[in-house]
Amino acid sequence: MPSQEITVPVNADIDIVTARQKGRELARDLGFTSTDLALIATAISELARNIILYANSGEILLSVVENGTRRGLKVVARDDGPGIPDIERALEEGFSTSRSLGLGLSGVRRLMDEFDIVSEIGNGTTVTVKKWRL
Amino acid sequence: MQVPILKQRDYLIASIQAALTDADLLQLRDALVSQVGTYRSRGVIVDVTALDVMDSFAVRTLRDLAHMIRLRGAETVIVGIQPEVSFAMVQLGLTLEGVSTALDLEEGLAYLDKKLRTISAPPTSKKRG
Repeated sequence: MPSQEITVPVNADIDIVTARQKGRELARDLGFTSTDLALIATAISELARNIILYANSGEILLSVVENGTRRGLKVVARDDGPGIPDIERALEEGFSTSRSLGLGLSGVRRLMDEFDIVSEIGNGTTVTVKKWRL
Repeated sequence: MQVPILKQRDYLIASIQAALTDADLLQLRDALVSQVGTYRSRGVIVDVTALDVMDSFAVRTLRDLAHMIRLRGAETVIVGIQPEVSFAMVQLGLTLEGVSTALDLEEGLAYLDKKLRTISAPPTSKKRG
């Protein structure tokens, strides 16, 4: 499988749908179970929505990753928004500053196998998550 | 994509056909809340069988929809949540608290029939001495 990267610009709510559909397609090609497909698509949906809510625009990058014989899907959600002042707090269960969105990053972390976040005030946020095939 | 809303007897049935954007979901919510009045409907069924993702926004909007419709005097039942979708919802900690759900359209109709019959025709009261 070519190790191509798919970029989905995220500027409007229709892009949330596009991002999760592209992610689901790539994950299906990788042979993930239907349950994993739902988890991955949901995680991408939440990440894309965070971009719209907090930064107005950004992008979702989808790619295949390998670790020895294992393969997985990597999702990078990147924006140039205001950044997250307190990452620890943003990762707390149920914490969310957005307009009545009850979920937040802790939920995304639960859906995926690996989770990493880099955020700097005024310099945007990049969330990287991976799901490995069993 | 707009969701078609069918009127059947005292019920409105919204059958989601494809993935919905946030705006589509809000439009569906507003249309149902409004049409419950237009058609004097007693019950609403939202069929989500076609949805392969129900994220926090979708779940919240459906919950709001059901609560708003209850305030309008009608009952809502969400039908057709797929097994994988239910798993993802539980993993995320998303709940449909206070919202009735049923396996499919048939079960949803049966649920509303039973529920609304109970409300409209309470069991005959015991004889008073």
